[in-house]
Amino acid sequence: MRSSVGDTGTGPEKRGMNLTLRVWRQQGPTVKGKMVTYKVTDISPDMSFLEMLDVLNEQLIMQGDDPVAFDHDCREGICGMCGVVINGEAHGPQQTTTCQLHMRSFKDGDSIDIEPWRASAFPIIKDLAVDRRALDRIIQAGGYISVPTGTAPEAHATPVPKKDADNAFDAATCIGCGACVAACPNASSMLFTAAKVTHLGLLPQGQPERNDRVVNMVAQQDREGFGGCTNIGECSAACPKGISMETISRLNHDLLGALRAGARPKS
Amino acid sequence: MVTVTDSTQRRTPKAAKTTSVFKKAVMAISGIVLVLYLIAHMIGNLKAFAGADEFNHYSEWLRTIGNPALPGATALWLIRIVLLVAVVAHIWAAVSLWRQARNARPERYVTKKAVAQSYASRTMRWGGVIILAFVIFHILDLTLGAVNSEGRDGEPFDRMLASFQNPVVTIFYAISVILVGMHLRHGIWSATQTLGQSNRRREVTVNYAATAIATVLTIGFLLTPFSILFGLID
Repeated sequence: MRSSVGDTGTGPEKRGMNLTLRVWRQQGPTVKGKMVTYKVTDISPDMSFLEMLDVLNEQLIMQGDDPVAFDHDCREGICGMCGVVINGEAHGPQQTTTCQLHMRSFKDGDSIDIEPWRASAFPIIKDLAVDRRALDRIIQAGGYISVPTGTAPEAHATPVPKKDADNAFDAATCIGCGACVAACPNASSMLFTAAKVTHLGLLPQGQPERNDRVVNMVAQQDREGFGGCTNIGECSAACPKGISMETISRLNHDLLGALRAGARPKS
Repeated sequence: MVTVTDSTQRRTPKAAKTTSVFKKAVMAISGIVLVLYLIAHMIGNLKAFAGADEFNHYSEWLRTIGNPALPGATALWLIRIVLLVAVVAHIWAAVSLWRQARNARPERYVTKKAVAQSYASRTMRWGGVIILAFVIFHILDLTLGAVNSEGRDGEPFDRMLASFQNPVVTIFYAISVILVGMHLRHGIWSATQTLGQSNRRREVTVNYAATAIATVLTIGFLLTPFSILFGLID
């Protein structure tokens, strides 16, 4: 007899996972860091990756050690605050944010390497937390529209073709987490900038500043020390929002058009 | 969690002289010039199958294009100058972007997994360096005859035979041509993106076209030397 009345049919009883973590520990921006090995036990497959890190940190605090610093906020996959490189992949093996990655993506006994986003434009603050304000400065260079605030205009006053609205919205889903930079072999922020240029450039409200926007945003991303794009596609594959390589082609198209039209970056 | 960085610890951003996208456009356009030249070069090579006279005659024609309106080898020299400018521009853009990429990630990942990149895209930089070394050898061998047993005064066809009857030369040639093929596989797709001519709908077509052009050129360039090596052309 293989089954009995009491068998719920859910298979063998699930036990927690035992994992070996190798975590990048770095005391501060100018200190040299290194990978440190930790063991965590009884990890539920239903935990998120960040909850697993919480378990590690509680363990470290109990031992009187320094907890691992990592960025997080909403833990719903919409704020763009979290993000670490897990076993060599930005946000880990699933195409989602680190907070929405669950431990069921790993097996009992796995060894997991956890590193921060690595780019000179993203200096490490501590451990896994990096300073991504370079992306904010790219936005400040042109990722906005200048319109007077006030009462919302009548929605039908400015018609937008459905296709443009859809593509603009797809690009607007970028949460600025920086996974594109982390995954890029050149540490380029091209997919981020391209998403913003596409999002605003496809809508009527974005037209007056379209040329200046692309020229200034690209100049700022170069100034920040990001690498150049070589169209390899690692960014798009790592992007939790699946921003497509098409946005990069559109940025290039806009930039070359803007340069021909005489737009030059503000110094 | 507090995420504050001491402002003095931030490196001062360097002023962007020329945008990286402009450099990429230079790379794309010079690349297109070189691909067009490669197509013409391959057609010329295949004339080896038509026999020594036909091949030498074609070579002679290259030196007299536009005569007598253009004196001597004017047209050939114009082509050479355009190619030289394209090669220099291509290398300048590549080196400059390579350096920018290296500075952009001074500390490498301990573990890094490639998810989307093709083997072709990974070989662009070192492949390009090997291709440059080959081009220098190729010119010394077949254009100048400096490292060719037939020497400078041999007929073009005889120089070609002397070169490719040597298996070492043919293998170096084959490796370089395959690298060129892979360079084009990624390069054609990348140039289309860089010049802003790709989109989600066209992406598949562009990638097929890149593979097709790269394959045709690779096979076209490999036919002549291997036919010589195996004695099909003599």
